[in-house]
Amino acid sequence: MTALLNAIMNVIEIPMRFAQKRLGLRRIAWVFLLPNLILFGIFAFLPVILNVVYSLTGTDQVMLSDRTFVGFDNFITLGTCANHLDPNTCAQDLFWRAIYNSLWFVTLQVGFMVGLSLVTAIVLNGKIRARGFFRSVFFFPVLLSPVVVALIWKWILQREGLLNAGMDAFGFTPFNWLLDRNWAFIWSIFLSIWAHMGFYTLILLAGLQAIPRDVYDAALMDAASPLRTFRRITLPLLMPTMVVVLMLALIKGVQTFDEVYAFTGGGPGSATTFIIQYIYETGFAGTPRLFGLAAAASILLAVVLIGLTLIQLSVSRSKADG
Amino acid sequence: MNKRISRWTGTALASAVALWAGSAAADDIRFLCAADGNECATLKSLFDRYEKDNPGTRVILDEVGYKAILENLPVQLAGGSGPDMALVTDFGGLNKYFLDLTPYVDAHYWNTNFGNTLRWSRTGPDDKGIYGMNIQLTITGAYINKTLFEQAGVAVPGEKATWDEWAEAARQVAKATGTPFPMAMDRSGHRIAGPAISNGAKIFDDAGNPILVDAPYADFMRKFVEWNKDGTMAKDVWAGTGGASYQDAAQEFINAQLVFYYSGSWQVQRLDKAIGDGFDWEVVGSPCGPAACSGMPGGSGLVGFKQTKNPEAVAKLINYVAQKDNYAEFIAKTRNVPAHEGVAKEGVDYPDTSQNVARALKAWNGQIGKLSPIAYAYQGYKNNRTMFNITVQRVTQAIVGEMSIDDAMEKAKQDVAAAIQSAGK
Repeated sequence: MTALLNAIMNVIEIPMRFAQKRLGLRRIAWVFLLPNLILFGIFAFLPVILNVVYSLTGTDQVMLSDRTFVGFDNFITLGTCANHLDPNTCAQDLFWRAIYNSLWFVTLQVGFMVGLSLVTAIVLNGKIRARGFFRSVFFFPVLLSPVVVALIWKWILQREGLLNAGMDAFGFTPFNWLLDRNWAFIWSIFLSIWAHMGFYTLILLAGLQAIPRDVYDAALMDAASPLRTFRRITLPLLMPTMVVVLMLALIKGVQTFDEVYAFTGGGPGSATTFIIQYIYETGFAGTPRLFGLAAAASILLAVVLIGLTLIQLSVSRSKADG
Repeated sequence: MNKRISRWTGTALASAVALWAGSAAADDIRFLCAADGNECATLKSLFDRYEKDNPGTRVILDEVGYKAILENLPVQLAGGSGPDMALVTDFGGLNKYFLDLTPYVDAHYWNTNFGNTLRWSRTGPDDKGIYGMNIQLTITGAYINKTLFEQAGVAVPGEKATWDEWAEAARQVAKATGTPFPMAMDRSGHRIAGPAISNGAKIFDDAGNPILVDAPYADFMRKFVEWNKDGTMAKDVWAGTGGASYQDAAQEFINAQLVFYYSGSWQVQRLDKAIGDGFDWEVVGSPCGPAACSGMPGGSGLVGFKQTKNPEAVAKLINYVAQKDNYAEFIAKTRNVPAHEGVAKEGVDYPDTSQNVARALKAWNGQIGKLSPIAYAYQGYKNNRTMFNITVQRVTQAIVGEMSIDDAMEKAKQDVAAAIQSAGK
């Protein structure tokens, strides 16, 4: 085996030695990076460029050669509204409904999820019975496929589902949860929190465990109350982790699609249609397939996500510096 | 020993190369299929027979969900990576990809026997191409749970009964028998088109341009929305999902939770299998409106695609299924209504069918004459899928209260105009 490896290395050495001689020590690094750069270029950079090009073209044809250049028409179509607060007055009312739905969803889902994750992490960080078991229980939904998560909760919440059967058994009138716009939206938030909370709890738990024990011992010696200890020690020292969790949850929240799509299909009506579903349906599921409009919407989404990422980087750096 | 190993290795390699070369030389035909019943399996059995008679041709069946045919196939074809042939329903939307079989088949035979449905896959009156055949003719219409009618003591409305009369009867039956849903209609723009046309909707203007929404169309949609709101229609079906996704109500009908189910002839096999002796059901076709008692025609078509590397093999295979005896065998086994006029004229003997099925198939055959010319024109229009989807999206928004039905119809008009501009008339 060693002989074989040596033989391979000897074969590789000849061109590498030649390349190093021609390019010099500094530029030879690019040769090592080249395979990865090619892959990155083909599978990440090229699609981004293609997306930008598609957003500037029209018709329902897939091949670029068959498409017509329309400039910023797709962006203008997306933004055309008599009143931006009333989606019904917009040329692409479903886009604006998806925007508002996503905004509400992200605000509520991220807020509740980060809060609940923090509480859960603090509880799981304490000395409780069967701590390992509970940590697994909270993390378990993270391992499930989004479609499985959606189906489980669909079976529970549908007209003849588990929840209605339970309500019926206790004398309550069953309710069609997924046919009511508000309830479908609330359950979508709940399902999303249930599915992802374990991941953020785990990160926060790691952050809590990284806080030095002696700081708590000092607080104990100074007779600080548990609430004061939390406010003055735990929260400030956990803040860098909290910022990371918040930003990750925000980005993930904006990208929400698979589990809610499998759960409600975006309905009833468009009550749980979020921005990614709008892009998917405009570009791929609807007819005609408006790739240009979908590409324009995805660029706007990318701008939002890049903004969020920059905020996260800037906050993380300022915390690290200060 | 080493010599023996190398000899064995050489032989194995040579065999593998020979096998590979053999398989590469064969006419491999990749066939994408989705169906409610046993259509894919029955086609495969016909293909197996064809393969025996025609060594060198091999059909690879990819059986997928109907959603994949609707959503993935068009993208695959546009990207040049689709199958060689498929069972499709969107004739108008996909016709630019269809393989013209004319050079390989007896055009006279095809035009004589499939004349009515061949035009659905043509681009216009000047197009005389043969782009595949309907493996069945489907007709939309209603099924009723006859047992529930008997239990409720409500008379089944007559052949000329209107939608309002059926709604009233279904409500009475549901009330008397404690059935949760009086009526349901599949969540599909194709399904709701028949009742709208019966109500007088024209779908196209005098110049043949698509308009979709006119006063009779909007009137039926308004009625449909009201029925969803007051519980006459099962709200779960249309309001239970978003976008333009398809949803049927067959399971509710099978579970005897539904009195009147508006779907289509393709459900016969499924209902027969699932209901068995559970209750009596029958086909009542399409209720009447002021203009007609029409459903919508339709059906799946077996088509080849231009991009195939084996156009002749694909054409010959489709032509094989189109032959009278093979076609009749397929229709009999799948319990469908034939689109082949010769087969239809001679009548099909459906073996081992229950009384319910025999009656249902007879009733569906009887509905063909009631189909409105507008329904045929709408089914043959290349952008009909776009108009179906717009209807589903906007009517659902009105049902769940996101907008009024008037606003929904206004939006539908704008959507149609914008979509036609994008896709071309």
